Amino acid sequence: MKYLCLVYGDEKAMESMPDSECLAYSTALRQSGHCLASEALQPVHTATTVRVRSGRLSVTDGPFAETKEQLAGFYLVEARDLNEAIQLAAKIPPARVGSIEVRPIRELEAPQHAR
Amino acid sequence: MHELVDAVYRSDSRRVFATLIRLLDDFDAAEEALHDAFSAALEQWPRDGVPVNPRAWLVSVGRFKAIDRMRRRARFDALDEGADVVDALAEDPSAGDGEEIEDDRLRLIFTCCHPALPPDAQVALTLREVCGLTTEEIAHAFLIAPSTLAQRIVRAKAKIRDARIPYQVPSQNDLPDRLDSVLRVVYLVFNEGYSASSGASLTRQDLSAEAIRLTRLLVELLREPEAMGLLALMLLHESRRAARTSPTGDPILLEKQDRSLWDRTQIAEGTALLERALSSRRFGPYSLQAAIAAVHAEAPDAAATDWVQIVGLYDVLALAEQSPVVELNRAVAVAMRDGPEVGLVLVDAILGRGDLVDYRLAHAARADLCRRLGRTSQARVSYERALALTRQEPERRFFERQLAELKD
Repeated sequence: MKYLCLVYGDEKAMESMPDSECLAYSTALRQSGHCLASEALQPVHTATTVRVRSGRLSVTDGPFAETKEQLAGFYLVEARDLNEAIQLAAKIPPARVGSIEVRPIRELEAPQHAR
Repeated sequence: MHELVDAVYRSDSRRVFATLIRLLDDFDAAEEALHDAFSAALEQWPRDGVPVNPRAWLVSVGRFKAIDRMRRRARFDALDEGADVVDALAEDPSAGDGEEIEDDRLRLIFTCCHPALPPDAQVALTLREVCGLTTEEIAHAFLIAPSTLAQRIVRAKAKIRDARIPYQVPSQNDLPDRLDSVLRVVYLVFNEGYSASSGASLTRQDLSAEAIRLTRLLVELLREPEAMGLLALMLLHESRRAARTSPTGDPILLEKQDRSLWDRTQIAEGTALLERALSSRRFGPYSLQAAIAAVHAEAPDAAATDWVQIVGLYDVLALAEQSPVVELNRAVAVAMRDGPEVGLVLVDAILGRGDLVDYRLAHAARADLCRRLGRTSQARVSYERALALTRQEPERRFFERQLAELKD
């Protein structure tokens, strides 16, 4: 089953995470076959938020909401169950200073064919 | 025959249920299957006799009835997947053998207490699925509406299904943390039953009994020292139940309790368990709290209490568990060992830094120490604070009485 691991952290604290360590983990995860996709993100000041309301496009500077911890990256993993996903998430280096939200993927339902 | 089936239900239904969850991978399906199995027993056992292994019979029948249900539902379902799952279940050879069934109750407890579930849902789910209490009984015990509790349980089961929380006993690595979760839930249940006033419904005392029963099962299946420590702690607390409340339902403090009313059998069992836990050298906070309770239990009267030993145990407990409540209890013990002046300094330090300001027992402790030092107006202030914070009727009467006695 697929889970998305969203990596959150206070940006100052995250600066103490060396890229090499994060790279090493994501490589190991890919090689184990558990990782379907993973990326680090540029800092939150580079974010732009897009909304469409009543047909009108609104583009604002910054993340969708000001939060204490900011989204720093993600891992899309394949795991047998939540316990395995938790173990994979616990080894993500930023877990030591930030928070990893683990959420199961929902398969969107294709429309049913009429009988 | 009906009584026999009832007896089997009381002794074995939870174990059968736990195994059915493993086989069917679904709480609700397992509940239906359990119901079907016992209905079948009521029908067939009078005719064919009671089977040699009733549990295995019930598991087997429950499983087949569930498969039948799934087949009937699958007929109306366009997806072929349903039929494959049902066929796979029908072939499962591991159904209903002795050793597997033993572990299933553990699997159930650990699943209900999974940290990914909200804490109040862990409690509700454990009481419902592991202890077999009804939604109404649980709601009544925790003073919430049955519909609220039902929602909580439905959401918890949905999370187990949607996030795929596995039905497993944790690995050796994960066991200590996961066991902590379970013990916390069980202790919460015990305390709900313990701190209820007398004259409250029978259900609340049953909660403590359920907690004890559950911990006995954990000790039997896991033999973990902290589980033994928790069981010892609960038994030692429970041993004082008859002495804790007056006939009018008012609380009686430990130092004033009639110790002849303490249940010596529970004390003996608790003390023996405690010794086993401590000898393992892998004990934790529950075992230490049990040790403190045991020192009280040993004292023939309040004056003979070994406060030096109790303070020593609190010192160790404070290392294992940093908590202001532990600190408060230690301060009270220090006051008994070294005098109220010393204890008061410690209590004021806790309150002074902003901890426990809304904890009525902190103010009650402070009031008592002030009273012993003759600082009557200070004692009054603290008792009034405690009074303002209490939610229990008997406790309120107690604080009012303490206040009235101050004026004399």
